[in-house]
Amino acid sequence: MWDWKYAWDILPQLLSALKMTVWVTLCAFVVALIIGLLLAFAARSQFKPLSLITKGVIEFIRNTPLLVQVFFLYYSLPVLTGISIPAFYAGVIGLGLHYSTYLSEVYRSGIEGVPKGQWEAATALNYTKAQTWRSIILPQAVPPIIPVLGNYLIVMFKETPILCAITLVEMMLTAKNIVSQSFRAFEPYTLVGILFFIISYIASLLVQRLEKRMNLQRGK
Amino acid sequence: MPDSWIDFLPTLLKGAEITIVVAFFSAILALVVSFVAGLGRLSKLWIIRTLTAVYVEIFRGTSLLVQLFWLYFALPFIGIELPKMLAAILAIGLNFGAYGSEIVRSAVLAVPKGQWEATVALNMKPWQRLWNVILPQASLRMLPPFGNQLVELIKSTSLVYFITMADLTYQAMVLRNNYISWTTEILVLLLLMYFVIATLVSLAVRLLERKLTAGRL
Amino acid sequence: MLKAIGIDEQAELSKVPGQEGNRIDTGTKPIVKYTGVTKSFGDLQVLKGIDLEMQPGEKVAVIGPSGSGKTTLGRMLMTLEEPTEGTIELDGELLWHTHEKGELVRAGEKHLHRMRSNVGMIFQHFNLFPHMNVLRNVTEAPRKVLGLSKEEAEERAVSMLGKVGLADKLKMYPSNLSGGQKQRVAIARALVMRPKVMVFDEVTSALDPELVGEVLEVIREIAEEGEMAMMLITHEMDFAKEIADRVIFGAEGRIVEQGTPEEIFDNPKSDRLQSFLQRFRSNGI
Repeated sequence: MWDWKYAWDILPQLLSALKMTVWVTLCAFVVALIIGLLLAFAARSQFKPLSLITKGVIEFIRNTPLLVQVFFLYYSLPVLTGISIPAFYAGVIGLGLHYSTYLSEVYRSGIEGVPKGQWEAATALNYTKAQTWRSIILPQAVPPIIPVLGNYLIVMFKETPILCAITLVEMMLTAKNIVSQSFRAFEPYTLVGILFFIISYIASLLVQRLEKRMNLQRGK
Repeated sequence: MPDSWIDFLPTLLKGAEITIVVAFFSAILALVVSFVAGLGRLSKLWIIRTLTAVYVEIFRGTSLLVQLFWLYFALPFIGIELPKMLAAILAIGLNFGAYGSEIVRSAVLAVPKGQWEATVALNMKPWQRLWNVILPQASLRMLPPFGNQLVELIKSTSLVYFITMADLTYQAMVLRNNYISWTTEILVLLLLMYFVIATLVSLAVRLLERKLTAGRL
Repeated sequence: MLKAIGIDEQAELSKVPGQEGNRIDTGTKPIVKYTGVTKSFGDLQVLKGIDLEMQPGEKVAVIGPSGSGKTTLGRMLMTLEEPTEGTIELDGELLWHTHEKGELVRAGEKHLHRMRSNVGMIFQHFNLFPHMNVLRNVTEAPRKVLGLSKEEAEERAVSMLGKVGLADKLKMYPSNLSGGQKQRVAIARALVMRPKVMVFDEVTSALDPELVGEVLEVIREIAEEGEMAMMLITHEMDFAKEIADRVIFGAEGRIVEQGTPEEIFDNPKSDRLQSFLQRFRSNGI
């Protein structure tokens, strides 16, 4: 059933692929953080066409599968633009863009969580719009959403196996390759599952601790 | 060679059928599991609480694609061979059931304590308390998050492509292989079809929600 | 030991259907009896030894400063809070305990279920079921718990809702009712179960002042009918004085003084009660 020696032999390969998985996750997360914030601003824009289009784009991305979006980036974009994208960048952009729509929602709730009186106080003190955002709104809006962002980082980590479809050599594809050489699937896929579990479980414990500490600081 | 993108529709619709079948059955499994595990986590018996917590942590801690691969490719090595359809429904249903159990659990916990007390004061039996008073109220709270989960579930059915089930994504990728120069049309069409399905479903959930809450809360 | 045998006899008696209503000696035996009851939440002891009896049909008002454990007293009778020490008897039978091989043990849900049919409670925050209309709120328990048919339950409910002045609101949902109306529905909901004892837990405290009157009026009418014993945990001193047969003043987890309304309100003996009443009057509540 379970071959310890075989499992031990393939573990190094999987561990080095894990580095790639983590790296893709982090890069995609940065993309999602930035684009998500831009989307959140654009969706709040006073300029109606911009906010409508933004909301439409968010809705479209959220209601279609990440896998198909990644296929589109990897296979279609080169045809349309004439520039081919390496699998890594297609993966980072695809994953990042997909989750930017979720993060824009998180930012929105954070921003709307700041009481209206704060805006009014800023106006009363004659802050400019940029000053209001920078020194009044964002400092209050961002801390409460940090644990939520942390949870999305974990969610994105668990989505990376999809990227094996565009030949990004992360953990899943590495396991697939091992299986196709050895014709033994039980150990590789079980190990991949265990590695995913360990990392996401530890990460979620960290997020929980962070959340608790922040709640304490805010005196909840 | 196809004359226009219309020619792809019959093949894609055939794939959509599989997508919908997988989504339908895994959604039902997920719903059942959500309630069983969600209530299990609130059980008085520690053994039930522990077992359900372990299930939830395992399925939330690993990713859906890994679970699907494990059920379909790894299990045969210990003598369990599942048909594709069953493996797909099990993987998606159990994965979303784990997330759904959190929705059920928190919705039940969100019902005010006074409601429990009123059921005690009216001398209801424990299952009557849950079934007649607590769950009907909790269900209304569950509806919006369940609606979101349903859209996520429909999107996730695209992963059955990896175990070569002839769903929407798989049919599209076969078409693309045959007509490489039509890649963009096919993929745009594919995106649009998912979008239509997911949007219709989320609209339906929202309508249901409005109907159920009308005049009450 | 003698006492324990007595209790067992009572238990046998009350299991016989039809025997409960017309027992001849009800006048002499208390319907509720607290013996040495204490209650602690963690380190905090909110009740420090309560002995209390209520006769069938007796209206007992419980007054006292907040934090004196009044509400806990009522919640124990409704089995919402378990006594830490001591026993409560209901209609001659132990509420929270059963005898097993001569020893007192914590009773199971089955026993509690049977005992609870003698008690009802009205809550400060009404606790109506928001997903059911007024009629359903009142018929749900008679149908599910007492096993009445839909017709029987509705007949009972409609007549009770008529009594509390809400016959025209049957199809409304709680969210569309005023606080006073909600509380009257809650009273009807508890009354259709026909308990022998009803706990009123600060039933007007959550109401706007202008809605208090209508609820008190309904309670006054119920009290005048006389059959049901009532434990009125309240801050409404005038009301307590008017309808109670006996008033209990509790403070810091003990019963400090009890007596007729006249004795308590017009002739308070203890300093604690005197200062409590004084503060109440000067606050003009």
